[in-house]
Amino acid sequence: MRVLMFGWEFPPHISGGLGTACYGLTKALNKSGVEIIFVVPKAYGDENPGRIKLVNASDIEVNIADEIYKEHWDKTSFLEIDSTLMPYTSEEEYFEMIEKQEETKYSTIDKKDFKSQKFTFSGGYGKTLIDEVKRYALIAASIANQHEFDIIHSHDWLTYYAGIEAKRVSGKPLVVHMHATEFDRSGENINQNVYNIERTGMHAADKVIAVSNLTRNTVINRYGVDPEKVTTVHNGVEPNEDNLYADTEKNIKEKVVTFLGRITYQKGPEYFIEAAYKVLQRDSNVRFVMAGSGDLLNKMIRRVARLGIADKFHFTGFLRGDDVDKMFGLSDVYVMPSVSEPFGISPLEAMRSNVPVIISKQSGVAEILKHAIKVDFWDIDAMADAIYGLLHYSSLPGMFKTYGKEEVDNIKWDNAGLKVKEIYEETAKSRN
Amino acid sequence: MKHICLYFHVHQPYRLRTYRFFDIGNSHEYFDDYANSFIMQQIAEKCYLPANKILLENIKKHGNKFKVNFSISGIALEQFELYAPEVIESFKKLANTGAVEFLAETYYHSLSSLKSKSEFKKQVKMHSEKIEKLFGQKPKVFRNTELIYSDDIGNMVFDMGYKTMITEGAKHVLGWKSPNLMYCSAANPKLKLLLKNFQLSDDIAFRFSEKRWSEWPLTTEKYTKWLNALSPKTEVVNLFMDYETFGEHQWAETGIFDFLNALPGSIIKSSDYSFSTLSEVSNSLQTVSPLHIPYPISWADEERDLTAWLGNELQDEAFNKLYSIEDKVKKCNDEEIIKMWRYLQTSDNFYYMCTKWFSDGEVHKYFNPYNSPYEAFINYMNVLSDFIILVDEKYKINENQSKKAPGLKEEKSASVKAKKTVTKKTTAKKTTTKKATSKKAKTKKASVKK
Repeated sequence: MRVLMFGWEFPPHISGGLGTACYGLTKALNKSGVEIIFVVPKAYGDENPGRIKLVNASDIEVNIADEIYKEHWDKTSFLEIDSTLMPYTSEEEYFEMIEKQEETKYSTIDKKDFKSQKFTFSGGYGKTLIDEVKRYALIAASIANQHEFDIIHSHDWLTYYAGIEAKRVSGKPLVVHMHATEFDRSGENINQNVYNIERTGMHAADKVIAVSNLTRNTVINRYGVDPEKVTTVHNGVEPNEDNLYADTEKNIKEKVVTFLGRITYQKGPEYFIEAAYKVLQRDSNVRFVMAGSGDLLNKMIRRVARLGIADKFHFTGFLRGDDVDKMFGLSDVYVMPSVSEPFGISPLEAMRSNVPVIISKQSGVAEILKHAIKVDFWDIDAMADAIYGLLHYSSLPGMFKTYGKEEVDNIKWDNAGLKVKEIYEETAKSRN
Repeated sequence: MKHICLYFHVHQPYRLRTYRFFDIGNSHEYFDDYANSFIMQQIAEKCYLPANKILLENIKKHGNKFKVNFSISGIALEQFELYAPEVIESFKKLANTGAVEFLAETYYHSLSSLKSKSEFKKQVKMHSEKIEKLFGQKPKVFRNTELIYSDDIGNMVFDMGYKTMITEGAKHVLGWKSPNLMYCSAANPKLKLLLKNFQLSDDIAFRFSEKRWSEWPLTTEKYTKWLNALSPKTEVVNLFMDYETFGEHQWAETGIFDFLNALPGSIIKSSDYSFSTLSEVSNSLQTVSPLHIPYPISWADEERDLTAWLGNELQDEAFNKLYSIEDKVKKCNDEEIIKMWRYLQTSDNFYYMCTKWFSDGEVHKYFNPYNSPYEAFINYMNVLSDFIILVDEKYKINENQSKKAPGLKEEKSASVKAKKTVTKKTTAKKTTTKKATSKKAKTKKASVKK
């Protein structure tokens, strides 16, 4: 079984859960014997755009040092397409980015020789995000022409046109993976272009994988996809390597309650602030941290200032890699108040670091977690109460450490990988 | 002649309201009056009233050939009085037939037998008095909360004057022994033990409507046949179950009331069992051997131990903290405070914090108003935190009073000259403390649900 996969960058160069999910799933699939041609968009900054780079596993910036998995990476080949596509980019953001690049675009020309030179494309990045998605799809078609594979797998809407094109030229079945829907990202104010691409992708696909039952329902109810076609495969979490930061020395006396994620509508940062305010009314011996960045950041800072809690409420900006682990190491409670969270890997990462978690009921991960406190995202009273309880009733964090860690260690990517492999096999079979 | 004992347990807890941490220190309203009255009235309609009616009719029909045993927790009785007084009336009618025996237990359906001997005894006494007052009989047989029993508990119960106690016929203590005989406590051979036949009890209580069960549907003929097929050495079959089995756990639609209605006639007609009260069995049978039970057993879950209420960190913290204030609570000398403390002892509070139902036990989920044990724990601890503040305040006032009192006397006797000023001071102090206490009493009154 060989898969042509349109995925996203691996950690540590990621801006969210999508990369982490691609990484975990690819690793697990490799382990179960599935070969993968992994195609990722990667912008080369001021290098000449329009090239595909074939990368050896050893060049991929990912921690493959751990021996267990090393052997499996030889089943994967990586294709990097020079593209400015990035997960979580909005149309506006994309436009700004391209504007900035215009000036430097032709300043340098890359002279290095690549094996994959024949895949070079001329021309620049798309003017708009949708243009770039289409351009990416054209490149995908030519890749599909050049490679042998049994099935195509596309992750999230930015790669759906690529998947569709690959399917058209190869005649192989297409699986699309819904990590998030436009309704999760934007609430009811959806971007119609994005919605259309998501819908087209799912209808063109032979099989849709949803990361939770929550997402599966959205896909069925709001995109009119045949329920028969949609299967839920819950994400996993990477097993804890040496947890260097579990015992991070805290130089703050107070307990620390953390929000970590993009500061956007979807993640519900304002509910965290309101809950923090409630807790601080009662207990000043606690600090709140909002880690991440996003379009609501400034608004959140203003809200905190207005509430007069800025001395106890801190913003860290965007954290990556080690800093994320360090942040967990410092935290006593992790809160994920997402308004709509298709899955939500971060609570699992927190639990892996022995941090008790409070998660919104509107998250896919709530479907599989038992040892977490679940509240409605809008119920700031319940959220505040849960935070207070975790900080004041000492046996609670103890329970979470014992059972939460054990629970999360059993949510393995390997299981998700096996399920996806089954889906591949079924889909390929029904085709033949 | 063989005995068959029907024993039904009636209990409803006072459910706590959603009590947030910001309520701590601000509100002493702990209970969800609305839910408690609503649930009580609903279950009265669905279960207690129709089931009592069936039993009464059967007693009238079969004369002294049909008998039943009941235990009703004190707080269930209180809630009947508050929310469904017609249930009390129907139990009184049953009591008046003379065919019904009422058992003793802890008034508050508490686990006090595991923690505080004096508290345990007090609650049992309260319950016994309540039963005597309502139903005109002084209980002679004892059932502990959740049928919890150990040698130690047996000793305490015997000390209180009970000669017979019922508990679970737990396999891990019985081994090859049959539950269908009367035993005695190894620690105190004068205490007789009657054991639940969990197989036959659970056939009705848990499996009756289970369509995947190979014996479904269960008929009275089939059930009577099973009774007749038991070993000839059988002397007593004890069918112990929650009374809510009828109409609440097993809905009316399952046919459970028809079963209950037909069972007495079927057993009287087609078997050589006779229905008895537990006291009658205790008086007429000989004990066959002592049972040594060093660790507490109960009638809950597969394990038949305490793990439904105690054992995980949450349950232990809540339970230990609650009993750690026993001394202070009692020294407050305030009936409302003591009553509230006892309400918080109800075992259901700890049952909700059980983490076992994550892996199994639909039964647990069914009875649990909380989504998770963590929520149950946080809510309970918020209430308890407030209650502890209340107790501390009251305790301090009392301390100060008792400290002041002897001091004043000395002053008085020591200096006659300063008499006038001293009296002035005393009155001033007295009025302030009075004010404080009356304020407290008011808030307390508000918090106890009535």
